[in-house]
Amino acid sequence: MAYDKFNILTSTAVPLPIENVDTDQIIPARFLKATERVGFGDNLFRDWRYNPDNTPKQDFVLNNPIYSGKILVGGKNFGSGSSREHAAWAVYDYGFRAVVSSFFADIFKNNCLNIGVLPVQVSPEFADKIFAAIHADPKTELEINLPEQTITLLATGEKETFEINSYKKNNMLNGFDDIDYLQSIKGDIEAFAEKLPF
Amino acid sequence: MSKTLFDKVWDAHVVRKIEGGPDVLFIDRHLIHEVTSPVAFLGLKNRGTKVLYPNRTFATADHNTPTINQDKPVADPLSANQLKALEANAKEHGISHWGLGHQKNGIVHVVGPEYGITQPGATIVCGDSHTSTHGAFGAIAFGIGTSEVEMVLSTQCIMQPKPKKMRINVNGKLGLGVTPKDVALFIISQLTTSGATGYFVEYAGDVFENMTMEGRMTVCNLSIEMGARGGMIAPDETTINYVKGREFTPKGEAWDKALAYYKTLKTDEGAVFDKELTFDGFSIEPMITYGTNPGMGMGISHDIPDASQVEGGVATYEKSLNYMGFHEGDAMIGKPVDFVFVGSCTNGRIEDFRAFTSLVKGKHKADNVTAWLVPGSHIVEAQIKEEGLLDILHEAGFELRQPGCSACLAMNDDKVPAGKYAVSTSNRNFEGRQGPGSRTMLASPLVAAAAAVTGKVTDPRTLIEELV
Ligand code: SF4
Repeated sequence: MAYDKFNILTSTAVPLPIENVDTDQIIPARFLKATERVGFGDNLFRDWRYNPDNTPKQDFVLNNPIYSGKILVGGKNFGSGSSREHAAWAVYDYGFRAVVSSFFADIFKNNCLNIGVLPVQVSPEFADKIFAAIHADPKTELEINLPEQTITLLATGEKETFEINSYKKNNMLNGFDDIDYLQSIKGDIEAFAEKLPF
Repeated sequence: MSKTLFDKVWDAHVVRKIEGGPDVLFIDRHLIHEVTSPVAFLGLKNRGTKVLYPNRTFATADHNTPTINQDKPVADPLSANQLKALEANAKEHGISHWGLGHQKNGIVHVVGPEYGITQPGATIVCGDSHTSTHGAFGAIAFGIGTSEVEMVLSTQCIMQPKPKKMRINVNGKLGLGVTPKDVALFIISQLTTSGATGYFVEYAGDVFENMTMEGRMTVCNLSIEMGARGGMIAPDETTINYVKGREFTPKGEAWDKALAYYKTLKTDEGAVFDKELTFDGFSIEPMITYGTNPGMGMGISHDIPDASQVEGGVATYEKSLNYMGFHEGDAMIGKPVDFVFVGSCTNGRIEDFRAFTSLVKGKHKADNVTAWLVPGSHIVEAQIKEEGLLDILHEAGFELRQPGCSACLAMNDDKVPAGKYAVSTSNRNFEGRQGPGSRTMLASPLVAAAAAVTGKVTDPRTLIEELV
């Protein structure tokens, strides 16, 4: 399915400076029973966000009204564990359009790219700077510029470039997805399949 | 040019390379289950496309299914709905469907190899990260997201940048009570959960050469827990003897051709890896995890390390120990155990039940322990009965449940209650993985058996020594 185009995103950010955040935390397995892709945002970080009686946990960042925005800044090795795309859907459905971390788990990163959430990998030093800046001023803004492949702390102008392969970048800029492309080369695929041993 | 095993299989499946982008990779065989496929089928419907090669996709229900009373209707309406959706989608698109109650039903990564869907040199994907299991056969196998499930259904391809290559060598003899699970948990404890991110791993050395297919599957299964996309082991006699004659294994002339291909599947002398690590098999102990990710493991006789000795943030480490109710410097031996879970695509195969049974034989389940023994498939279940293991288990006070993922991810009723401790042979000890608030210690079937009969964390070697 084609998704939202991504160009330049300027927003405040929500900090989650925890390492190894796994996809079971992002969305626990018991919420994977839907057969449609709707409503996952409500259960984003469910067990960190709510007590067993469904009252919000006051000390969790998503329940703290001073933090908001379309950018989630996570600790190192964000999105490890299960391949559930539901984790990326939950991040998207909650309203995030980009996730920033100094290191992403592979499958989560892929899943984000496939649904139009931009994973921005920064250096550990820059990640620390972002956390410090948000800590000092929760209203501080980040600018993620996909065409230029830069992320900027607007208050100070500090900037870093990030990597994305040119094919995926083009998809994100235009809201294309892989299936559109693969279907355009179906003839090649069928010819290829003929030659395989099984 | 010398090539690695991984290069050979990957390169044989590249339909097209994209400049500055991923490779278009052809997928030989695709496994699906009820949780990660419904939205993919919905996508197909929205685009008005069909499944390109229905005979290359196989559906089984496992994540959501109950492990008792499988002949009765599924009580949870949401689970029942997902199971129904899988059945309807498979039917509409002409895909084989092994639903609940079907003779071939079981955990996707257990039944794939059992029926010969898994073949050396194949590319295999599934919307489940432990698809890496199938790498035990020298296949390239990895987990994918739902968008990719849709891609494979509609085009039999996915788009992936070629990962880097790592070889992990383990040589030497394994000690008493040390199983393939311990080898894997040891490697993960050395690499951490992100140590192999971006890599595809080949396991080499005599420790793996001497393993059965079941053991190799356990090792490859856990590759994802160190961040690797997958892990593989070169096919040999053991592999070929396993796959030969199975239902979806090529037959007749096709088998001869396949066999010729399988024999080419090894890393050439002089082929280069981006990273290479070597460990000594003899130094590996029975392992157990003490924290909330699979990298937080150690030899069972050790004490929980200080935050200063572990890589990563102190705050994250403390959060993890707090969740577990453990402290730096604690011994693991003697820790309380409330639940024991033997099962999952990591350790739900016949060999695992043989190991578990060998240790509980002639003993009795501890009163304070609830044990869930869940075979990975009906074949495993039948073998447990045929080999007489079930009688031994019954005598020792254990029951056998019916096949499924069960407490591995606790989507069904098999949930460890909040605050309770479980020794589990599954693959993840994440917060809440086995039920909200559950506390998981990952270990081998032998460590699980020792816990089940003593009611606390126990070094299985002390019980084996009693036996001999
Ligand atoms: S047993 Fe666990 S890891 Fe394996 S397929 Fe089922 S849920 Fe996934």
